[in-house]
Amino acid sequence: MSEPLIRLQGVCFDYPSDPVLRDVDFTLNPGERVALAGVNGAGKSTLLRLLVGLVKPRAGRIHAFGQERRSEADFREVRARAGLLFQDSDDQLFCPTVLEDIAFGPLNLGRSAGEARAIAERVLDELALSHLRDRVTHRLSGGQKRLVSLATVLAMEPEVLLLDEPTNALDEATDERLTDYLKQLPQAMVFISHDRLLVEKLANRAVILEAGKLKEAVMHRHPHQHSHLHIHAPGLADHSHPLPGHNDHGHSGL
Amino acid sequence: MSSLPLLAPLATSSFLNTLDPRLRVLLCLAWTGSCLSLERLSLQALAALAALGVALLLGLSPRALLRRLVVMEGFMLLVLLLLPFSMPGNPVFTLGNLEATDAGFARALGILFQAHGVIFMVLILLGTLEVVTLGHALARLGVPDKLVHLLLFTVRYVQVLYEEHLRLRQAMRARAFVPGTNRHSWNSLGWLLGMLLVRSLERASRIHEAMKCRGFHGRFYLLDDGAWGRHDTLIALAAVPLVLVLPLLESVL
Repeated sequence: MSEPLIRLQGVCFDYPSDPVLRDVDFTLNPGERVALAGVNGAGKSTLLRLLVGLVKPRAGRIHAFGQERRSEADFREVRARAGLLFQDSDDQLFCPTVLEDIAFGPLNLGRSAGEARAIAERVLDELALSHLRDRVTHRLSGGQKRLVSLATVLAMEPEVLLLDEPTNALDEATDERLTDYLKQLPQAMVFISHDRLLVEKLANRAVILEAGKLKEAVMHRHPHQHSHLHIHAPGLADHSHPLPGHNDHGHSGL
Repeated sequence: MSSLPLLAPLATSSFLNTLDPRLRVLLCLAWTGSCLSLERLSLQALAALAALGVALLLGLSPRALLRRLVVMEGFMLLVLLLLPFSMPGNPVFTLGNLEATDAGFARALGILFQAHGVIFMVLILLGTLEVVTLGHALARLGVPDKLVHLLLFTVRYVQVLYEEHLRLRQAMRARAFVPGTNRHSWNSLGWLLGMLLVRSLERASRIHEAMKCRGFHGRFYLLDDGAWGRHDTLIALAAVPLVLVLPLLESVL
């Protein structure tokens, strides 16, 4: 196997009032799409922020992209190569217009205005968002903000994606669109999600944070008997079940 | 979620929107200068009327105009009530031991006319611009970057904070809170304010983190492709006599 992209060894982190992470080891290899699970407040977001040096561990080592990272200057390079998508899009989008927001990252990385604009246009195009190009960021809908936030991260052309609840609070159609898009990206990623569907579709590995410890979770599919509540209404996405494990419905023909 | 009404640009005729935003800022500045240089009451009144005429002619709806004016009129009322009593001059009438003077009245009226002359023009020329566009125009006119970004950040997050405020207020109402003049109300509103402050601080630090994640190192960038056209130059030239006519009249009369 090739060199791991990111490696944590014995990382501990405390908030003033309570310990969050205790002796965490974690490795992210190329091609992996890791689901990070755990109950609310388990420290999942903190773990992502540790990976890009937004918070510093009390103990332990962080290796990223072939070298140990300690100082703020070390992490500046990490942040360019590992893009973090924040839980709240309003935190991420602060520039006046969509185009400027997406160009902000590339400009910081030293691209010229023309190059940054070209990158922004390309990313918008890939995400089928070109029509939002000149929109004012704070007037976008929740789903649009989420997709544009992802575009701002992708514009930095990161090697690793760190996604904090990427499909949180999205309607079914947008959720599906985003999931499909993420699935075809070549980057290794770590994502936090309580969305079972997203985990099943996207992840090829899963870890779980429990009482400050990170454990490898076993991923398996099994047919299970369960009842579904379907809502039929105009405007709701069709409720077909594309998941392989879900071929056990009461009704036939699915 | 409802949006802050004052932040939305006013509707106007399409002609105005073909002008370069920089021209609109410059025209507004020129008009303000000319308006404030007037000393005769009659000319000041004429300026206010002219500005109102221009605003209506360019498609500002009277209703929208009134709604924006309300914000300013409270302050104007204060000026109108206080100024007559605070200038030396010939007494017109007395109230207790306060004297309202003719000079005071004249000054109050003058301020009223001039303020309206300026505000009508600001509303039609700048109030109809998206604030973001205004920010870009200011930046390209050489206003310091820091000020422009301060404006743009404010516009960006005032809305978010307002929505947070609305959510908290709704949560309070959902639990049967009715504001009154009692200790409980003041306490609760205090908490609401405190909570907003704490949330704003937390949001600010999250935004800063998000910016650091995208390689922020103290520089902001603006991209825009507004271009000064030939018709902008023509309009600018045509506006010169209009802006100058009142000050000229003043010096002739």
